[in-house]
Amino acid sequence: MRELLESLRSASRQAIDQAVDMEALESLRVKYLGKKGELTAILKQMGKLSAEERPVIGQLANQIRGELEAELEDRKSALAAKMQELRLESETLDVTMPGKEIRLGKKHVNNTVLDEVLDIFVGMGFSIVEGPEIELATYDFDRLNIPANHTVREWTDTFYITPDEKVHLRCQTSPVQVRVMESMKPPIRILSPGRVYRKDEIDATHSPMFHQIEGLVIDKGVTMGDLKGTLNTLMQKIYGPDTVTRFRPHHFPFTEPSCEMDVQCFECHGRGCRVCKGEGWIEILGAGMVHPHVLEMSGIDPEVYSGFAFGVGLERLTMRRFQISDMRLLYENDVRFLNQF
Amino acid sequence: MLLSREWLNEYTPIAVSDKDYCDAMTMSGSKVEGCSRTGEGISRVVVGKVLSLLRHPDSDHMWICQVDVGGEQPLQIVTGAQNVQAGDLVPTALDSSTLPGGVCIRTGKLRGVLSEGMLCSLKELGLEQRDYPYAIEDGIFILQEPCVPGEDIKEVCRLNDSVVEFEITNNRPDCLSVRGLARESAATFHTPLTLAEPAVKGGAGNIADALRVEIADADLCPRYTARMVKNIRIAPSPAWMRRRLRASGVRPINNIVDITNYVMLEYGQPMHAFDYACLHEGKIIVRRAVEGESLQTLDGKDHALQPGMLVIADPEGPVALAGVMGGANSEITDDTTTIVFESANFSGPSIRKTAIALGMRTDASGRFEKGLDIQGTVPAVDRACELVEMLGAGEVMDGIIDVLPGEIPATTIPLDCGKINALLGTDIPRDFMVKTLETLGFGLEGDTILVPSWRGDCLREADIAEEVARFWGFDRIAPTDMRGAAVEGGFSDKEKFRRMMGLECRSMGFTEIMTYSFVSPSGFDKIRLPKDDPRRDAFTILNPLGEDTSIMRTTALPSMLSVLSTNLNRRNMAVRLYEMATVYNKQPQTPLADEHTVLTLGAYGDGADFFGLKGAVEELLRAARTPKVRFTAEKTDPSYHPGRCAAVWSGETRIGTLGQIHPQVADTYGLDAECFCAELDAAALYALRGPEAVYVPLPRFPAITRDIALLCDASLSVGELSECIRSAGTAVLKDLRLFDVYTGPGIPAGKKSVAFSLTLRSDEATLTDDHAEEAVSAVLTALRERLGAVIR
Repeated sequence: MRELLESLRSASRQAIDQAVDMEALESLRVKYLGKKGELTAILKQMGKLSAEERPVIGQLANQIRGELEAELEDRKSALAAKMQELRLESETLDVTMPGKEIRLGKKHVNNTVLDEVLDIFVGMGFSIVEGPEIELATYDFDRLNIPANHTVREWTDTFYITPDEKVHLRCQTSPVQVRVMESMKPPIRILSPGRVYRKDEIDATHSPMFHQIEGLVIDKGVTMGDLKGTLNTLMQKIYGPDTVTRFRPHHFPFTEPSCEMDVQCFECHGRGCRVCKGEGWIEILGAGMVHPHVLEMSGIDPEVYSGFAFGVGLERLTMRRFQISDMRLLYENDVRFLNQF
Repeated sequence: MLLSREWLNEYTPIAVSDKDYCDAMTMSGSKVEGCSRTGEGISRVVVGKVLSLLRHPDSDHMWICQVDVGGEQPLQIVTGAQNVQAGDLVPTALDSSTLPGGVCIRTGKLRGVLSEGMLCSLKELGLEQRDYPYAIEDGIFILQEPCVPGEDIKEVCRLNDSVVEFEITNNRPDCLSVRGLARESAATFHTPLTLAEPAVKGGAGNIADALRVEIADADLCPRYTARMVKNIRIAPSPAWMRRRLRASGVRPINNIVDITNYVMLEYGQPMHAFDYACLHEGKIIVRRAVEGESLQTLDGKDHALQPGMLVIADPEGPVALAGVMGGANSEITDDTTTIVFESANFSGPSIRKTAIALGMRTDASGRFEKGLDIQGTVPAVDRACELVEMLGAGEVMDGIIDVLPGEIPATTIPLDCGKINALLGTDIPRDFMVKTLETLGFGLEGDTILVPSWRGDCLREADIAEEVARFWGFDRIAPTDMRGAAVEGGFSDKEKFRRMMGLECRSMGFTEIMTYSFVSPSGFDKIRLPKDDPRRDAFTILNPLGEDTSIMRTTALPSMLSVLSTNLNRRNMAVRLYEMATVYNKQPQTPLADEHTVLTLGAYGDGADFFGLKGAVEELLRAARTPKVRFTAEKTDPSYHPGRCAAVWSGETRIGTLGQIHPQVADTYGLDAECFCAELDAAALYALRGPEAVYVPLPRFPAITRDIALLCDASLSVGELSECIRSAGTAVLKDLRLFDVYTGPGIPAGKKSVAFSLTLRSDEATLTDDHAEEAVSAVLTALRERLGAVIR
């Protein structure tokens, strides 16, 4: 019997090693270890053995059973690993093929820049307010210190709604300053974006409707240095930390002192080129300290409070930022344009 | 304003380069627009002396000249001009020389004869006969200036000046003058400033015996000053004056006209000269024109004057349009012997109105419009007379007529250095402030500033702060961070809501557009609005650029359709767009608009259909947390397909419309694709928005699904069926989904099959089949009894 067991041991070991798939392995298990398997068949003959031999052979048979089970298990894992390897191999993709397209919509490029500007100012404690576009001359002109004979009031410059010139399409966002000063008490820090209208024919750099962003700060002890600091921050955040600005004296009826802010030409860094028309600088916005008479007209004492205001053309910021050469593109809304940003 | 630096240097010597001059002036508030050199483009052109002339052997009109240009050997130059004689001094362009306009002269052969340059005419040097009245127009410029062969023509003709062009802001008409810019320049460069006062000898009788002036309308003419000159001799003005006028962009005419222009440029005060012989009774009356009057101006145009326009008249009628242009009837001619110089101050708005009404804005009217120095009339007229004497153009009479009906207001402002520094955020010393103000012509008595009469723009301390800051340098003001009380800033809920809606649209593939607020009224017809539709009552722009932009939109649909059309025409095949569009509606009791935002969506191509757009609208309404959303069939909106249009509701509030654009509307926009649009009232969505979401516990028990297929009348809507199922389902009916609508074989005519999937779940325990069946059978009963829908 010992010989029988030994030969089963070596035969089964060889068979298991050579099994190529799970099915073959299962039939080997049945063949050797099943109820009608060879090991069981051998064990059935145990009765013929002497009492001394029986435990020895029994021990050997159990040992062989244990070995067989372990070998079957090992082989099974090996085969499973092999099969997975084959499957993965067969599942290989051409990873250079394009991804499935996901098409999100795009924000209008003007609003991309606007939202950036708003975020910057909200971070500085500004509130966002809006005012009407169809506006009273009182707010857009009179209380901004714009004299009765100023050219901006002419019918060649401003779009009028009423023949008595009391109502028109606002030509700047500055009337919001007046409305804010009427309804809020200092300290005031507001930003007011919106549409404005001027009677300019449409061309590459002009549009009868465009957007401005108005800023107003009023508090005790606000200085022109604060104006410069605030606008420098804005420019550096929009155009990058290396942006160089300069402030030139200018004239606006509702600020005193007044200035215009230029940024150094991005193309030539101030040497003068085609982009900046040889000047080395590009005009970006107008600003100034709020005129004391404007404060007075809105019931704020200029002896106690001072403030600054600025107005920047959104389209100019946008076009400069994204190197857009023609303003008409912004209002044409060709999706091939809109989707570029 | 064009400024000759040569002229400027007469008042204040500034030696820096053009670039440095321009940069510094820009930074002190006189914005430089450009700078050019007179004689620009001219190089290697020298004085040549013609030694001899010989006929060209092969030409009957050309001459071969030997020309001494200061070199060892004379040059041989061929010319076709006929006015050159031996001994003449002429401008000679050498080999490789350049002339204005990019012309380059080289040695070459003319009909076989060597020519080593060119003899130049006035025109070839960029000049004209008015600049050198002794020269002829058609021919070589025979020089009468003192010069020697070889001398650079730019030196001889003084074509070596720099001309700076300034953009002068409206508040500084005083800077439209050489003297004004001299003050600015001296304050910028800290150079000494010499502004001489004119001195007149006179002696040719007294003006009081010859002329009377009456101001009838002092509100429009606060001051009128006049002087007279007898025995005038009309002649060209001297070269230096002609050059300065030319550099300033003014054409020289004759000595008298040139003097008036020269004084205007120098002092900023427009002048006029009348022929005294043409003034009836030796009397000038400044008055408003009356009905029926007319005047022919110096440019030969006849004008019917409107009552109210200010004129200068004699007892017979108008002789000049005050502040705009003189009349032809009193023009200086070659026969004029005695002239009246007018130097007056007129009301700006009145002059502007007249100039606009008559369509003739002149240099003079442009200056008067801005409001000129009331004290400027006397020095200007004196200067004109001084120049008359200097040029020997006539004999000045003694006396001056100066009618000044009112008082001249004087402005004083306290000088408070602390306040100025506080406003600017600077530490500018008092000395600097005082010196700057004095250079600019301000007087100082202790701490009181006397504002000069020409600085009408300076009324209070902030104006003084600007004067100081300009010359201290805006760039020297240190940028600072704002201090002071913290202000609570941030986005309003409304702004946040708008941003969220935009983000939702983009995440569903819609791209944002931006369109004009003013539109064409024809858009109402194009979207088929009935004649009495309230949306036709729009704000109208009284002076639009054109019909296309003449009304403020009351609906944003035409804007969206135009953009869809533009894109389709350009072969953009799949388009999804949205706009947060403001519309402007009239409202009672105020002349202003109700300006509110409409969210429009538009789509065509790439499988765009009604339910695709409806899905987007539903998602937007979920994001907006709009309560009680429902859709009803909208058959009457004329812009949409009557069978494919839905009204959108929140409870009983109409919040929008969506659907396929009516084919007739699509046609008018040239849209040959099926287009789908939605219009949602963003203001209403904001107002109706539900509360923020709160956490609902996740289901703890499993759900059971039951599918039911119903047979019902074809006219029943899915909405009605769903409504019935929802109301009949008990608390265990958690979800209801439509999965099939079918008509065709197996379904009787007039009927349809509609299949729903019901999700049932209890929140308390695992739902038993019995309970599920109970709920389903309640639903089926309701469907059968209320709608006649039966299970298939």
